[in-house]
Parts: sequence; structure tokens; C-alpha cells
Amino acid sequence: MNADPQASGARATARLFGRVRALVAALSALLLGAMPASAAPGDDPLRSIMWTEMKAQFFADEPVVFDERVKVQVPRVVEDQAQVPITADARALDGVKKLVVFADLNPIQHVATLDVMKASPFIALRMKVEQATPVRAAAQTADGVWHIGSVFLDAAGGGCSAPAMARKDADWSQTLGHAQGKLYRELDGSVRVRFRVRHPMDTGLARDNTPSFFIEKLDLRSEQGEQLATLDLREPVSEDPTLTVLVRMPLNDSVLTILGRDNQGEEYRSIIPASWRQSATSDPPARNAE
Amino acid sequence: MPVTIDKPGHSFSDATGSPEALSRRAALQRLARIAALPMIAAAFDISHAAPLTYDLKPVGIGEGVWVLYGVPEPIERSNGGAIANITIFDTRDGAVIVDTGPSKRYGVALQALARELTGKSVVRVYLTHFHPDHVFGNQGFEAAAIAAPQGVIDGLTSLGEDFASAMYHAAGDWMRGTQLMLPGKVVADGVEEIGGRRFALHALSGHTPSDLAILEEVSGVLVAGDLVFLDRAPTTPHADLELWRASLDRLGAIKAAHVVPGHGPVEGAPRGLEQTRDWLGMVEEKIRAAFERGLTINEAMQEPLPEWVGKIALARYEYERSVMHFFPRLEAGQWPRVDSKN
Repeated sequence: MNADPQASGARATARLFGRVRALVAALSALLLGAMPASAAPGDDPLRSIMWTEMKAQFFADEPVVFDERVKVQVPRVVEDQAQVPITADARALDGVKKLVVFADLNPIQHVATLDVMKASPFIALRMKVEQATPVRAAAQTADGVWHIGSVFLDAAGGGCSAPAMARKDADWSQTLGHAQGKLYRELDGSVRVRFRVRHPMDTGLARDNTPSFFIEKLDLRSEQGEQLATLDLREPVSEDPTLTVLVRMPLNDSVLTILGRDNQGEEYRSIIPASWRQSATSDPPARNAE
Repeated sequence: MPVTIDKPGHSFSDATGSPEALSRRAALQRLARIAALPMIAAAFDISHAAPLTYDLKPVGIGEGVWVLYGVPEPIERSNGGAIANITIFDTRDGAVIVDTGPSKRYGVALQALARELTGKSVVRVYLTHFHPDHVFGNQGFEAAAIAAPQGVIDGLTSLGEDFASAMYHAAGDWMRGTQLMLPGKVVADGVEEIGGRRFALHALSGHTPSDLAILEEVSGVLVAGDLVFLDRAPTTPHADLELWRASLDRLGAIKAAHVVPGHGPVEGAPRGLEQTRDWLGMVEEKIRAAFERGLTINEAMQEPLPEWVGKIALARYEYERSVMHFFPRLEAGQWPRVDSKN
């Protein structure tokens, strides 16, 4: 007789789980092309079956380290697989040039890339997830090294293959490109940009066969047209992208311009006022008056 | 868990793990997105999969009135989703039940328990609202006996399948055989007399677009549904706080000997109404302030909560969920338009 039927059942289930996981790994490898034979899983703290593939895809031969100073925040419970809020923050590192966000087990792994320029290495957005997955932020410093922060996101799944909510609404095209947003003052003098633009962000993977249609570029500019930061967005960014970035605006600027483009060539333009600087535009700055 | 409710909860008998739970979950992970789901916890621990029997423990709260207490937890494999309170009334003509629990398995056990307690069959089932922990036991009963306001039926019709998927993900094999089953009878404000009892129905809203509260006038028992939570943090995936507060006002005007909250202990005093109102005010204020400071959703989730909520189970968990519910509404509703044609 089995003394502990529950434990035995659990072991059987765990064995089965292990087999299923191995099968999934094998299938994933087949679907995505053979994994490089030489690359070892390394010391991925999440032991993701996709890490080797991710490393090859995003970093090729560039040096990579796992670094807890790169923070990724996700909710502990996912309310909506199509709108999972994440924040990637590499401000603890100096000299970050690029910040890449990706999710190992999404059908499209790349979520967004921030070209830092005159921004802080920080981005918040909402993304779709197809299943529970590691979510990573990779920050490249001036020496070329990629610093990876990781977190595991549990979720039921289906966010990438569900049609956009707007597709249920016959009038979605009427609001395409409508944008809302606000600038906020940060304590360190930089400016926090929070911005939302109406767009279905179709992945091309939806069950209703809608082709991919998404905003792929956002370009943040000063009043003089200088690039402050650029953002590449990919299909996993949620419908009606809602983003937060931190930029250093020139001191005399009272507005920030955001130029956008989607993968069908449609262009979008938004101008967001810095309300606390608005009065300065009517009066010349004090030092110029002398 | 900071505090647990000091009332008898469920305990479950052991059973062996079932491989079917796994294949079902794997299949269900492919299913539809789950819009705004209530109470889904990280449920990846497979080591205690599928104990298969709900051990229902009725607690008498009056002559011929019993409550089955839900546990103050998220929906998890360890509790089978049995987190909501269920009420059973004995009447001369048969048993009357309010809410049916999270699964077919629960509904079938509930039906058997009601028959055992009253010696009669179930003649009426009321649903307080459309959330899955309250309605997925419907299959234990005849559709014609199940009554709810039209708004509950509409909500189940549009969201029921997504709720089912989410429940399978969160509760696993407990859900076996569970399907959406719609009520067969529509009710509105009014009184139903059944076997010597008078059920005064109050069609309200705020926790969801359609909430039903029921005062049984003979016993003085007010079944408030999820308009009232006590010592367990309220959930807000479909909430309209203004309507919710108006409903609390209406409930406060009802004289009741006992208030059965949707989650938490039955009490005579209106503590549940007050605590629910305080919580909603706190959450609204916190989230609004975080939004106005320009915080991201993830940053807003980390805001400190006032000390008084320390005694409320799942306070931080539900606060975090509420941030996800309300932030997008604030962004869409409060930020000025900034797109420009030039």
C-alpha cells in the first residue's frame, strides 16, 4: 500500500510536468531554428529554456551579464493578458546607451527598445503576454556590455492571439492616432513624459487573421527638433500604447514633440506642453534681459 | 497573511493528484484573454494538485439560516475557488440559496447539503452578481430555479466564457465539467414570498454593473453580496465607486439583524458597510494621488497603505489589482489631448 497517496500523486504529476516541459522546449527549439550547439544556458537566474536563443537573438557575440541593478517590475497577478504593466529601470547604471525589453516565451519576444540619448534608461509600458514568461530588460553601457535584469511573470495567456478590443468597435479608425499625455517634473530636473496614443497594435497573430498593424517608432524631440530619445515598439506593446519615459528637455523648451510612425507608414505627431514652463515663453529669460 | 477571519472555513479532504489537471491546464493556457478577472493568484505550484472534495461546513446564523464561509484568500488550487460566502434558507416549500460557488463540483455539493439541512429540494437560487466565485456552481441546480437581475445575465453572457477560462487556470481540476449556465428567471426590485419567508430584492450596482442584495424579512438576514466585504479587501475589476457608495447608502438604510457580506464574517452591526466604504475611499484617493504625481502603474502599486488596513486580509493584493483597474481609466479620462495635425 502507498503510505502517502497525495505525495505519490504529486510526484507523478511532477514527472508528467517535466516531460511536457521537455517536449515544449524541444518543439520551441524546432520552431525557432536549432539552438546554437556551443552556447550553454549560462547562469540565467530564471533558468529559461529560451535563454540561449534569446542571447543569440538580441546580443549575438556581445558581452552579457546578469545584473540585479537593472530592475524589471511586473504585477504579481495579471488582470488582463493584453495589458500587463511593466517598468524597466536601469538608472542604477551609468552610461546606458540602450534599453531593450523582451519576453522569452512570447511568440514575438522583442517588446521595445529605448535609444537613450538625452533620456534616462527607464521605460514603462503595457504589453501583451501569450503565457507565463520571463520578462527582461537589457541595458547596454558605454563599454558595450549588456546588463540583464529579469523577472518571471505568471499569466494564463492569450494576449497576443486575441484580437484588439478596438476591433469590436466599428469606429476604431475614427480615433486612430488620437493622443493624450502630460509632462511631469522630476526631482532631478528631468522631465517625465507620460503618453497614450490610440492604436490597435495588431500582432498579426490574432485568431481573426487581422494582419499586423502597430506603431513601430516614436521619436521624442526638443523645440529645435533635436532628438531626445527614440523608441522602437514591437507587436507585443498593448493596444493604445501608454508609455512613460524620462528625458532631459532643454531648459528653455516649453513643449515636447513626439513623432510617431506605424508599420503601414502612417505618421503621428503630438505636442505636449510643460505647463510649469509655459509662462517663461512670454517673458525673455532673466539673464537675456541684461 | 496578516489576519485570517476568525470563523470556521473550509477544510478539504485529501485526494491523489490527477494528471488530467495538467493537460487541461496546458490546453486552457491557450484560451481567450481574461478581461479584468477577479482574484486570480499565481497558481503554479503543482505539488498539491487537485484535492477533489469540498468539505462544506454550514454555520447557523438564525432559525433555519446557514452560511458557508469562503476562505479569505485569492482563488487558488489549494481552495478550489471557494472564497465567497454562500447562504442557505429553509422554507416550508423548500430550500432557498444565495450564490452557487465557484464550480460545478461545488454546486452539486451545495445542492446535496441544502437537501440534507432542510430535508427538501431547492426551490430558488438567487445570484448576487456575475463574478465567477459566486455563479459557477449553477450546474448543481435547475436553470428555472436560478434567478438574477437582467444585468447579471447580460454580464455572464458577455464575460462568462472568459471567466471560465480564468477559473480553470487558477483553480485547475476543481473546475472539471464546469460550464457557464445562465439563470432561467429574471428578477427586479420587489418581494418574493416563498414558503413563509419574504425575500425583499434590491437591484443595486457599483461592485459590478448589476448587484442584487436580498433582505429576508422574517429572519432579518441581509445578504449583501459583494457590495459588502468585511476583514477581506474589496475587489474592483468591474467597479463604479460612485454607484457602489450609493448602494452602500441604500443598504445602510435597511434594518437588518445580520449582514452576510460577500466575503468575511456575518455580523449584526454595520461594520462591513463602513469598512467597505472606508476602503473604497482610501483606494480611490491613493490611486488618484499616484496618478497625479505621474507614477507608472508599477510604481503606484508600491505606494504605502495606511496602517488601519493591516487587519484586512489581502489588503495589498487587492490594492495592487485596483491600481490596474483604475489607472487606465484615469489616463484615458484625465490627460488632455496632445495630437496635432501639423
